[in-house]
Amino acid sequence: MSDLSRQSLTHLQRLEAEAIHIIREVVAEAEKPVMLYSVGKDSAVMLHLARKAFYPSPPPFPLLHVDTTWKFQEMYKLRDKMAEISGMELLVYHNPEAAERGINPFDHGALHTDMWKTEGLKQGLDKWGFDAAFGGARRDEEKSRAKERIFSFRTASHGWDPKNQRPELWNLYNARKNKGESIRVFPISNWTELDVWQYIHLNDIPIVPLYFADERPVVERDGMLVMVDDDRFPLREGEVPMMKSVRFRTLGCYPLTGAVESTAKTLPDVIQETLLTTTSERQGRAIDKDAGGAGMEVKKQQGYF
Amino acid sequence: MTDTTNDPVYVTEALIAEDIDAYLDQHQHKTMLRFITCGSVDDGKSTLIGRLLYDSKMIFEDQLDALTADSKKVGTQGQDIDFALLVDGLAAEREQGITIDVAYRFFNTEKRKFIVADCPGHEQYTRNMITGASTADLAVILIDARKGVLVQTRRHSYLCHLIGIKNLVLAVNKMDLVDYDQAVFDGIVKDYAEFAKSIGIQSFTAMPISGFKGDNIIGPSENTPWYKGPNLIEHLETVEVLSSEDQAKPFRMPVQWVNRPNLDFRGFSGLIATGSVKPGDAIRVLPSGKTSTVTRVVTLDGDLDEAVAGQSVTVCFADEIDCSRGDVISVADTPPQAADQFESTIVWLNDEPLHVGRAYWLKLGTQMVSATVQQPKYAVNVNTMEHVAVKTLELNAIGVAQISTDKQVVFEPYADNRTLGGFILIDKITNATVAAGMLQFSLRRAQNVHWQATDIDRNEHARLKNQTPKVLWFTGLSGSGKSTIANEVEKSLNLMNRHTFLLDGDNVRHGLNKDLGFTEADRIENIRRVGEVAKLMVDAGLIVLTAFISPFRAEREMVRSLLPEGEFIEIFVDTPLEVAEARDVKGLYKKARAGNLKNFTGIDSPYEAPVNPEIRVNTVEMTPQEAAAHIIRQLMPLK
Ligand SMILES: Nc1nc2c(ncn2[C@@H]2O[C@H](COP(=O)(O)OP(=O)(O)O)[C@@H](O)[C@H]2O)c(=O)[nH]1
Repeated sequence: MSDLSRQSLTHLQRLEAEAIHIIREVVAEAEKPVMLYSVGKDSAVMLHLARKAFYPSPPPFPLLHVDTTWKFQEMYKLRDKMAEISGMELLVYHNPEAAERGINPFDHGALHTDMWKTEGLKQGLDKWGFDAAFGGARRDEEKSRAKERIFSFRTASHGWDPKNQRPELWNLYNARKNKGESIRVFPISNWTELDVWQYIHLNDIPIVPLYFADERPVVERDGMLVMVDDDRFPLREGEVPMMKSVRFRTLGCYPLTGAVESTAKTLPDVIQETLLTTTSERQGRAIDKDAGGAGMEVKKQQGYF
Repeated sequence: MTDTTNDPVYVTEALIAEDIDAYLDQHQHKTMLRFITCGSVDDGKSTLIGRLLYDSKMIFEDQLDALTADSKKVGTQGQDIDFALLVDGLAAEREQGITIDVAYRFFNTEKRKFIVADCPGHEQYTRNMITGASTADLAVILIDARKGVLVQTRRHSYLCHLIGIKNLVLAVNKMDLVDYDQAVFDGIVKDYAEFAKSIGIQSFTAMPISGFKGDNIIGPSENTPWYKGPNLIEHLETVEVLSSEDQAKPFRMPVQWVNRPNLDFRGFSGLIATGSVKPGDAIRVLPSGKTSTVTRVVTLDGDLDEAVAGQSVTVCFADEIDCSRGDVISVADTPPQAADQFESTIVWLNDEPLHVGRAYWLKLGTQMVSATVQQPKYAVNVNTMEHVAVKTLELNAIGVAQISTDKQVVFEPYADNRTLGGFILIDKITNATVAAGMLQFSLRRAQNVHWQATDIDRNEHARLKNQTPKVLWFTGLSGSGKSTIANEVEKSLNLMNRHTFLLDGDNVRHGLNKDLGFTEADRIENIRRVGEVAKLMVDAGLIVLTAFISPFRAEREMVRSLLPEGEFIEIFVDTPLEVAEARDVKGLYKKARAGNLKNFTGIDSPYEAPVNPEIRVNTVEMTPQEAAAHIIRQLMPLK
């Protein structure tokens, strides 16, 4: 990265500089920021950018993992390791009501996401009184996000009003908020999935090994390959886990995340596979499918990140 | 499927499959171009963007399936694919069939990554366009070949020019509907060139296209053999981006954050706005003017030999000089100026119009100051480019006005430096971003008025009177009892040997403010003057009582901000409208109700009650004497 003078920055250099600028603005202007950390590849990039923004200081805010207790074991491992490496405080939040009622992805379907994730997020933010939360959402993921600002305001009840967003000009962000309001900040709004992969590749950023193909125990259920990640998995009549070379394109709760058969063992292989795939990334997740094209928008008005 | 003149397959596609490392290497070295598409409703913006996404393979099979289904259901192209549906975002908009905001789309070619700001819209057009254009390197101005240069075309071009976009593409769209007739194209280009010249646009690139059929989008079209220029993608891939120009300018970096992990390290973090920096460079910190030398340019990946405009870095100096957020680090010998009065162009973005004289937050780079805008010199009619006289700026209006700030702002004219010349205004109460502006030049006047330091200062005045000076600011509806209660309080204070002065609304309007009426602007100026007078009196050591309706929160906050912490006591004389109206001591409510008195607070002009007054008195439950006693108790110990 040495002598850059008079030479155009690459798109990744521009995107990185923009994200770092955004992260620093929030730290300078918000009272109590936090970074939401879900251990996926976007979170990995976000954490790396935060470390870059403040080096040699550690990022001056904690990481918050809104946990559902149903993530893959390897995700928990990497989460703890990255918190240690970055020198940041790791906060983990479990919605106590969901825990008490034993809400789980096998028996409760949509309620599982709603209580552990949507409700859990609101409760976690309220519990510690965070007024600004960094998220790794990208505008290329989904239609309603294409219109969302980088600084996105939420009402005291965490609702989003798409009609009432503040104009964002140049790289000037207005972080002033009214009582009770909080901000979701999306520093990698302008990145695409390919940018994220490429950045991970170039910077050697640690990601959960589940993104790479390996022999793993899976069962086929409702047309989806589901990994038997721990002994809470209730096998149905006649279901026997089989070893298959699979990997994951997105990571969430293991019973809700479909694996794809793959032999991609290196990052370039994974990127290659991703680029040649013809279905959009989030297709694997159940969440976007309900309520038609407007699914995510409705979810967000209700407080989903 | 529609018939397309060009097959939407890129060489890239094959490269991914054959040699992923080569592909990644290529992708890694891509530059980025941000552009905006402008056009009026139905000129084909959405169709064009949808086409670019489709042609560059940014559409997945599942999306395409959904698109094909949707096209049949709600599309406007019969059985054909309606590309516009790809980019029409939010559910509400989809129902109404309109797009109302700025949406961002992404696509790649072999050479570049593109970010398109799609900012259609109707009444909100100016606001959306300015927002999208502020980060754009290039603008594509769409014209419907059947309609030619319209009022909207001029408006869009003017706005792009205003925000400083140097690369303009005139895309004459829907050529398929005019039989790809060269005469039509040439005629439009000629009209446009005339107009462009008249507003100072130096150059533009015109091309005949069909977003719907695909002509001249990713390759030369057989339908326009007479056109020898570049196709759209080719042009977008090769046009020079602004950032390289920025690198050639003198070094400037607004400081975002001071990095101080321990006593051994002190660095200043920011995004380099212009120029470049390397160890050994002599720098100057503005506005203080202190100088030092750069020792290191620090990043997580190791120190850099040099960093350039567009990079986020942390720099260290050889000397321990003061430098904090809001300061600007510059090359030592050609620093930017600092000033507190400017001429600027302002684009109003909020439903609530500009309040001349009201204090707003002004954010420029990382500087945040309090600023007031004077009555605009003129506004620009964006359709005719005429200058019109105005009293204020309404939503979507563009005007030129003077701005004064409470502190020196380090700046450069917007034309030279977007970062140090572009600003936003923020409403202090609602926190909304209400305007965007571009500084043009500073007004010299400010530099000749210096603050005269005096030996007998405010503390000395206060000591002599043996009291803590304050402003007791009474606010409430007409007839709520402000004057009566303030008078009672002053009498009590007098008995306690306090030195006081009562400024009463009606009395001040007989002299100091007799030139002011009751319009919103005049009310704001009325309070501003009273605030300044109260401040002088407090400096003189007095306890000042003011009895003004002072209906707007923003102005009360403005006066509060003039005074040191704790010296502004807001007293809300809380009387319901019905009660005040029933009292109607001066017969004003009756007149207002009859329509004989305009802008009367509570009737046809709003009253914004204090949210958190220091003292509240309820005049329904208390007599004026009781209210006064309550206030005195609250004020104790007055010393
Ligand atoms: N024949 C033809 N129709 C077009 C072309 N571009 C757009 N249209 C049609 O014009 C209408 C408006 O287009 P749309 O993209 O929604 O316009 P927008 O309002 O500017 O986004 C739609 O029916 C399009 O299919 C073109 O190049 N040729």
